[in-house]
Amino acid sequence: MGALQSSPGRPEYSDLAEKTGFSFEQIGVLHKRFKQLSHNEETLQRDNFNEIDDLAFNPIRAQIIEAFFDRRNFHQNGAGKVQEIGFEEFVVVMSHFRPPSADMTEEQRGKTRREKLRFLFNMHDTDNDGTITLEEYRHVVEELLSRSGTLEKETAKCIADAAMLEVASISVGHMEPDEFYEGITFEHFLKLLERFEIESRMTIRFLNMDTTTLCK
Amino acid sequence: MAPIQRSSTLRLTGLLCLLFLVFFSHGFASHDAVSEKSSETIQEDSRSQANSTAHKKTFPVLSFNYEHVRTPFEISLWILLALFMKLGFHIIPTVSHIVPESCLLIFVGLLVGGIIKATGEQPPVLDSNLFFLYLLPPIILDAGYFLPMRPFTENIGTILMFAVMGTLWNVFFIGGMMYAVCQIDAAKLAHVDLLSCLLFGSIISAVDPVSVLAVFEEIHINELLHILVFGESLLNDAVTVVLYHLFKEFAHEQAITVTGAVLGVISFFVVSLGGVMVGVIYGIVGAFTSRFTSYSRVIEPLFVFLYSYMAYLSAEIFHLSGIMSLIACGVIMRPYVEANISHKSYTTVKYFLKMWSSVSDTLIFIFLGVSTVAGPHTWNWIFVIFTVIFCLVSRVLGVIGLTAFINKFRIVKLTKKDQFIIAYGGLRGAIAFSLGFLLNNNEIKNLFLTAIITVIFFTVFVQGMTIRPLVELLAVKKKKESKESINEEIHTQFLDHLLTGIEDICGHYGHHHWKDKLNRFNKTYVKRWLIAGERSTEPQLISFYNKMELKQAMMMVESGSAAKLPTIVSTVSIRNVQAKGSPKPSRAISKSREEEIRRVLRANLQNTRQRLRSYSRYELLNDALEDDISEARFRKQKEMERRMSHYLTVPANRQETPPVRKVFFQPEHKVYTYDDSESPRGRASPSCADDVSELKETPEKPDQSSTPRANRDAELKPKEQDDQGDQLKVSRCLSDPGPNPEDDEDSTFLP
Repeated sequence: MGALQSSPGRPEYSDLAEKTGFSFEQIGVLHKRFKQLSHNEETLQRDNFNEIDDLAFNPIRAQIIEAFFDRRNFHQNGAGKVQEIGFEEFVVVMSHFRPPSADMTEEQRGKTRREKLRFLFNMHDTDNDGTITLEEYRHVVEELLSRSGTLEKETAKCIADAAMLEVASISVGHMEPDEFYEGITFEHFLKLLERFEIESRMTIRFLNMDTTTLCK
Repeated sequence: MAPIQRSSTLRLTGLLCLLFLVFFSHGFASHDAVSEKSSETIQEDSRSQANSTAHKKTFPVLSFNYEHVRTPFEISLWILLALFMKLGFHIIPTVSHIVPESCLLIFVGLLVGGIIKATGEQPPVLDSNLFFLYLLPPIILDAGYFLPMRPFTENIGTILMFAVMGTLWNVFFIGGMMYAVCQIDAAKLAHVDLLSCLLFGSIISAVDPVSVLAVFEEIHINELLHILVFGESLLNDAVTVVLYHLFKEFAHEQAITVTGAVLGVISFFVVSLGGVMVGVIYGIVGAFTSRFTSYSRVIEPLFVFLYSYMAYLSAEIFHLSGIMSLIACGVIMRPYVEANISHKSYTTVKYFLKMWSSVSDTLIFIFLGVSTVAGPHTWNWIFVIFTVIFCLVSRVLGVIGLTAFINKFRIVKLTKKDQFIIAYGGLRGAIAFSLGFLLNNNEIKNLFLTAIITVIFFTVFVQGMTIRPLVELLAVKKKKESKESINEEIHTQFLDHLLTGIEDICGHYGHHHWKDKLNRFNKTYVKRWLIAGERSTEPQLISFYNKMELKQAMMMVESGSAAKLPTIVSTVSIRNVQAKGSPKPSRAISKSREEEIRRVLRANLQNTRQRLRSYSRYELLNDALEDDISEARFRKQKEMERRMSHYLTVPANRQETPPVRKVFFQPEHKVYTYDDSESPRGRASPSCADDVSELKETPEKPDQSSTPRANRDAELKPKEQDDQGDQLKVSRCLSDPGPNPEDDEDSTFLP
């Protein structure tokens, strides 16, 4: 898991390329950006992210930055946060946003969908207990509305509550009045966003891509 | 038995009405055919007669003067005919299931034209002026106003590619091939030169929005394909306009020059961008005007219509693309106007647009049928057959070629099935006919017109009829029943921001970045100017939520019961979701109290803005629930009014305060009262969207405090109240009052 040298040759990339599915050119571009963000150091810290000007306007900036430092997103079954990340982790996190390639089977598509939804889930589930509680969901909605005016705290609560209610109804169906819905588990989350077509929506274009396919 | 009998008698009645109407109109047509020749003399005569005979004859109690009302009378008769036809097709379900409505209408037109001709009269032809100035704009405005912006902007590159490149390819291919065909001696068409062929190509190549709408609406195909074909049909207008005028000029001068070609290219950009700009200007002016229309609500819809129509006409003055101007105007105007106008005006706009476009579309197809019978035809087998063949071939080739190129840049690629539907959905329609009609009168014109009509018939009948079974056969994805989900909306927004953030981190300015910039610009500058009052800062998530709340409230009105949450058939209620430790209210509320609470809720919730997401005419027909709800709502509101003697007919932004002692509703009314000059707007989570900016971040500790709310004469709520109020508001938000904690009867209600 070492950080890459400052002038990596192609063989180092091949490892990453295989792991994440990016092409060599794309990894090269990402590496340049990594170096730019980290001021040519080996690792990135949270402060480096805070320096990006455009991010300042983003209402969920904090959560995005946290996602980069979240071990759950490194595909290594880890948990908890780290203080700094290397290039490999950077690319792995970015790989969650790759578009699905045209020749994917249904199974692969399902797998990609789970991966992306897992990423989203991790972003919401900040205390890593496997469920998104009402509190966490409220926080999400509050953040979303945080840039848009000052009087929305109550509305945010209401919206989050209504959303939780919806999830509970969809996933659980019938509950006795004194039962308690703990929170959104990953399975419920999957069910909730099943029609969302996340594998094509949660993607961005990575530069310098081959115009044929993204996978090798 | 009975229904069949009923339907057959209806059919008979319909047929009789039809014949009656036709003969009536024909009768008058013949009447004035005669009177036309001697109309002046007759008029003079009658006048002089009247004068001279005034002395001799008695005053005529009943006299007959048809000339007077002839034009509006005949127009009304035609429109009535169109409407009866539309009604008839829906009453008889079996036929309309197989044959699309447009085909039936053309058929009726043929019949009517045939009848008129059989009686020796000259049936009216679809006048190009009438078509372009009166029949086409409502349809385009309807389409543009309700254009779903998200799929449109996401696929704009593809759409433009198909519209511009696809049409250009079609024009030159068809024009060139037809010229080659004309060279064949057997066709006896040697007099048709290259330029005329190219002109013909430019007329026949454009996919027609009217036909596409008519056919695609009925097959409920998935959103992507719908927006691709439909968007293409709208945007290719610019190309058509430019090429048409270009070749017409050239044909006139019988020569193509290089400068001419270059000017043509420049003209294309001027026409399209100019058209869009005209539309944008009118749209902005319209949005700005709507900011002030709260002073006279009744005329609000007229502003929408007139500004759009003026945009269209203004573009037509300069030979810019009227269709693009109209679309741009509708698209720009809509978000701001919808935030400003009252709910009733909004409904009016929606229904009028659907109504007009429906009538227009019916009339267009009927007239197409009639004109077919009417027009002088020059039938040339070779020309017509080859035209049809080349239209199909060029469309297929064009789509395949362009898709191969476009797929390199798309994230969601277009599959072969998609390509087939796009190619097959390239219907021609009345625009082609009208353009052809505008040609100069010479022998070629009739030849062209015949071919154009044949192509139109072929595409509408053959392709229109077979596309539905083909869609079933190929198992193309249908439009999914989108149940509105607040979770999906939250995540849509979340994703938008997330992707923008990732793009920023990656360091490249992708399309999320620009979209975000545009949104921010819109929010900070534009909305402030164009939207009245507080609505200008309302975020989209809240509008969406309000709308959902309204729906739930309305459904509760319908169901009428206390505890049922209508959209979800489950017993999950908010109590299950709330944090465990929070005070579970143990006291049940009395039934009558609950009733009153619910009524007040309803009254407050019903003034919410509703955001329209549908753009299909047919979807509108299923919107009956909305009418019932509005009716029920209105009735109940009236009843409540009577009981509590408040005035509510003017869009009430205040005084929905019933004289009930419920202190916890106070904040709602506070919210209402401050914006008294605005339209009633979504403060539906009024309970939630308190004007409490000063509220500190309260920890969500369940607090068993029972401090009476009497302290709430100010908007600010003390901390411990937050949880109770919180829970209460939550339940209010969900239109499920739930048991209320601590009914502090002693706390007075302060209006």
